[in-house]
Amino acid sequence: MESQNNLQNHRQAYWRANIRILTILLSIWFIVSFGCGILFVDQLNQIKLGGFKLGFWMAQQGSIYTFVVLIFVYVKLMNKLDQKFSFNEKND
Amino acid sequence: MDVQTWTYIIVGLSFTLYIGIAIWSKAKSTSEFYVAGGSVSPLANGMATAADWMSAASFISMAGLIAFMGYDGTVYLMGWTGGYVLLALMLAPYLRKFGKFTVPDFIGERYYSKAARIVALLCAIFISFTYVAGQMRGVGVVFSRFLEVDIYWGVLIGMSIVFTYAVLGGMKGITYTQVAQYCVLIFAYMTPAFFISLMLTGNPIPQLGFGGELKEGGYLLDKLDKVVTDLGFTAYTAQTKSTTDIFFITLALMVGTAGLPHVIIRFFTVPKVRDARISAGWALLFIAILYTTAPAVATFARYNIIDTVNEKPYAEMPTWFKKWEETKLISFEDKNRDGKIQFYNDKNEIFKSKAVTNGWKGNELKVDRDIMVLANPEIAGLPNWVIALVAAGGLAAALSTAAGLLLVISTSISHDLMKKTINPNITDKQELIYARIAAGCAIIIAGYFGINPPGFVAQVVAFAFGLAASSFFPAIVLGIFYKRMNKEGAIAGMIAGIVFTAAYIIYFKFISPEANVQANWWFGISPEGIGGIGMLLNFAISIVVSKLTSPPPPEVQELVENIRVPNKD
Repeated sequence: MESQNNLQNHRQAYWRANIRILTILLSIWFIVSFGCGILFVDQLNQIKLGGFKLGFWMAQQGSIYTFVVLIFVYVKLMNKLDQKFSFNEKND
Repeated sequence: MDVQTWTYIIVGLSFTLYIGIAIWSKAKSTSEFYVAGGSVSPLANGMATAADWMSAASFISMAGLIAFMGYDGTVYLMGWTGGYVLLALMLAPYLRKFGKFTVPDFIGERYYSKAARIVALLCAIFISFTYVAGQMRGVGVVFSRFLEVDIYWGVLIGMSIVFTYAVLGGMKGITYTQVAQYCVLIFAYMTPAFFISLMLTGNPIPQLGFGGELKEGGYLLDKLDKVVTDLGFTAYTAQTKSTTDIFFITLALMVGTAGLPHVIIRFFTVPKVRDARISAGWALLFIAILYTTAPAVATFARYNIIDTVNEKPYAEMPTWFKKWEETKLISFEDKNRDGKIQFYNDKNEIFKSKAVTNGWKGNELKVDRDIMVLANPEIAGLPNWVIALVAAGGLAAALSTAAGLLLVISTSISHDLMKKTINPNITDKQELIYARIAAGCAIIIAGYFGINPPGFVAQVVAFAFGLAASSFFPAIVLGIFYKRMNKEGAIAGMIAGIVFTAAYIIYFKFISPEANVQANWWFGISPEGIGGIGMLLNFAISIVVSKLTSPPPPEVQELVENIRVPNKD
């Protein structure tokens, strides 16, 4: 049995690790959508990707693909984190 | 077979399927009615969430809007998908752990306040009604055009279908019909997109086709940029709104999406926290299939319509043109009496001299943006069954979203108002009866708005997102991530956010619409994007007020500790 204090520390360490994952993933989210798709779209449009201007492609295609990937990466990282901290849920 | 027979067959089959599911999945308890007993598989929940989220606006209107907005249409594409990242990372898992039925439930318990619950429930009802009116309207449009029945009957049929599975099955019935509706709508959206992409570019995958080369040579997007600039419009891939405005509209739509109650409650229906995470991933994947196709469809549609009508004799227009003219969604006026259609930007001053040289006397064609997706298969000359399929898809999109919204209205009334505020002593059975009555009444009100649409439906959509962004999102996020956040802060923040956002929208949309131009906007942000500022304001005021007042009671702090970790103690 863990003491109350230990449990508290354990939870806090888990939460800090969680926040670290969120910060990294949300930074990517922001850079790809608001950065590439909006703020720097003109600069990126100088580059061509087949028939697409890169900035336009990022805004209307690339950002959406990245969003999907980000969520699945998050799921993977969190499942690993749950395991590490043995917070895996039991079947109800 | 003609289009109408096909439409009757395909729409009839899809409706039979929905009713069948409704009978199979009748809800027996409030838990089944509100959250499908919390036993939906993550994959099914992902599909249901996608259908719930993709409304008549996504299916019918969005590609048409983008076709005429070009790059600026990005605000919808990123705005209505990017919010899922916020939802998956910052809301869904923790709200699932919290494990109650509604969004006002969370606000009410986290902020230990009936007042907060009531503010939240009023917002939830307002947002949902705003949204549902648009869905019923979509049902009416599809019925009147494809089945040539009166809008009145169209809405009535739609209402009775939703009534059957929402009132009988509650969230359980809604979830499984939404799964079926997702399949119908995505098949209906993709089929014509594949065909049109193949016909224009030789590549059947629309996401690749719209960056591909035209059959007659040259890249499609380059050609389109040239064709539209030759007619005095802004180049398709160029930006017309200011960067600030695009930034804030996208932000408001993203954050608004994450704060919409009918989307959030879907994550209460899965068994575990890890299921909530992965089902957000599935949801966005299923949504992304349509959302990455939409800009391709938009490009094809813009290209095809100009190609079909511009400088072509009116007498030679195909039958779809005449049919849509009857619905008044396309109108032609031969201003220079040459018998041909001129479709150009007559508001472009620089372009005027060229128009005079050509003998053009103004734009002669008005096309309602809403018809682009519905008319697209006909414009491309696709077989009749594809056209009928699109009608069934539009109906699936509208009905699935309407059902999700009606459930929010019904639970807000039976659970948050009746059970938690007015009379906590009612039994589960009585609460279930209230839920069914509330759902029934909500359907009737929604149907009324569908038949007699208030002229302001389009304007109030900005409202729904603005309010969700400026009220729910900050209150929920702070409730999870900031333990010190207390009742005073949350209520002050929500009220400040709502009042500010609502005042700005009401001023520019209703009081003085003539002043609704960039020069008058604060920081150049349009009413559509002001929810982003409202959200920031809410965050700031919440934090300041909560720092100045006493911390929340220990049991609430323990609640926050508890929702942050996935396991049961």
